[in-house]
Amino acid sequence: MASYYEQKWETMSRDEMRAHQDKLLAEQVRHVYANVAYYRDLMDGKGVKPGDIHGVDDLKLLPFISKDDLREAYPYGMLAVPLSDTVRVQSTSGTTGKRVVAFYTQEDIDLWDRCCARAIVAAGGSNKDVVHVSYGYGLFTGGPGLNGGSHLVGSLTLPMSSGNTERQIQFMTDLQSTILCCTPSYAAFLAETIHEMGLRGKIKLKAGIFGAEAWSEEMRRHIEQRLGIRAYDIYGLTEISGPGVSFECEEQTGMHVNEDHFIPEIINPITGEVLPDGEKGELVFTSISKKAFPLLRYRTRDICVLSRKACSCGRTLVKMAKPMGRSDDMLIIRGVNVFPSQIETVLINCGFEANYQLVVDRVNYSDTLEVRVELTPEMFSDEVRKLEMREREVVDKLKSMLGIAAKVTLVQPKSITRSEGKAVRVIDNRGGKL
Amino acid sequence: MAIDQLSVFVENKQGKLVEVLEALGQAGIDLRALSIADTADYGVLRVIVDRPVDALKVLTDLGFAVRINQVLPVSVDDAPGALGNTLRVLSDAGIFVEYLYAFVAHGEDRAFVILRVADNEGAEKVLRGRGIAIASKEEIYK
Repeated sequence: MASYYEQKWETMSRDEMRAHQDKLLAEQVRHVYANVAYYRDLMDGKGVKPGDIHGVDDLKLLPFISKDDLREAYPYGMLAVPLSDTVRVQSTSGTTGKRVVAFYTQEDIDLWDRCCARAIVAAGGSNKDVVHVSYGYGLFTGGPGLNGGSHLVGSLTLPMSSGNTERQIQFMTDLQSTILCCTPSYAAFLAETIHEMGLRGKIKLKAGIFGAEAWSEEMRRHIEQRLGIRAYDIYGLTEISGPGVSFECEEQTGMHVNEDHFIPEIINPITGEVLPDGEKGELVFTSISKKAFPLLRYRTRDICVLSRKACSCGRTLVKMAKPMGRSDDMLIIRGVNVFPSQIETVLINCGFEANYQLVVDRVNYSDTLEVRVELTPEMFSDEVRKLEMREREVVDKLKSMLGIAAKVTLVQPKSITRSEGKAVRVIDNRGGKL
Repeated sequence: MAIDQLSVFVENKQGKLVEVLEALGQAGIDLRALSIADTADYGVLRVIVDRPVDALKVLTDLGFAVRINQVLPVSVDDAPGALGNTLRVLSDAGIFVEYLYAFVAHGEDRAFVILRVADNEGAEKVLRGRGIAIASKEEIYK
């Protein structure tokens, strides 16, 4: 029997949810138009007035907000309440350019915490659990979000933050952590270290809530098997609130969007046209309940699919598939769109672990892709022929999946730097080369 | 009798091979024979050492991919045509040699040829049947 943190909202009928969204959206547009000059200008430019927006059907009339808009409006240009009403700032990592800062009122923090509490309960958490939060704390939303959610659930919360792996494992064994929250690449690293230290028998983890990075289904199985847990995906972005915009349930077939707060749309990234459910495109979110930093039609650059198929967990919230990767991560190699997660899938299917790096370069006016992957000790052979067969298998599978030729280079085990936050998967050396 | 051979994955990077050899040296492990198969990006170092299990541990702890497998040490006259003769015997018996390397014995007119074949016992039988000696562990480390 599934349990819920807020059953009313998580299992609400579609009609009721729609009525709720219609009402909040219309109010939100009035709030933003009245208080955010930057967005008011965008609406005026399109000839849209708050009175034109009666509900979700009218969403498509509103202008989009992109990351560039947020950079332009930095720092206070999108703030929709007086500073005296705000209590918190969070910020993006700035890995893809200038930082974005987001503001929260106390109510905004509370609803964000509730979204994270839903994710923890959906992963089997309760007040009997010990929730081990290894996301970074501070400006990054990962730590504060799961921390707040865990408090609401009533779980014992370990605010570990990221780094210091030995201390992480010591707390995990001494305090018997049951739910681990961190990035999937750090979960894989922790699993590896736990095995090396011979402590697999001493940990009591039952579930993990992993997000903030693109990861493949194969990596999920790998982590689940190495730690003996169920690994749940969680999605979010600072611009919309943080982790918990959507979360996975026990069915593990996509993430339920907390639609009572955030309305998702899928658009054609080139034309901006709204696509029907089931079609792949760019994910766009509209925040309908947050007050301090309420973004309307924010383009996430994540490519994914929405599904309204009934879920066995009983939640009626729309599900989004695991994003194929941020379009920021997407590489265009000889004109082909390549997501690191696709390459990861091939590597894991060929028996490698997810320890790899992609090196992109330009040689003689043409793009090159090198996949550097760690040889596992089990794979090593004294016969070069067998090692070359391993390489060729990956090359062939990449070719058939992506349609491009890649060079595969085997490297020594553990020679690729392990991350304790977001993994650096791509080294692009093409900058400025013809 | 087949003996242990240690093989190590070595990236083609400055200092990598030195790292392996120094680690073995510091552990007091004696190298008896060595060969490297190299590709553009990496090499496979194959060594015959006096304490293969210790060597395996030393290198594994340093993060190297290492493996021990069995190879056949053949003892041949250090004379023209001797190695060719040995390989002819194997070839005629349909035994495929993956790779080989040779070294000369201390103070004797003999050479040892390390053979990597799929079936050590089968190869040993064929060679002995044609009067070709297989070296013992003791001879190798003498």
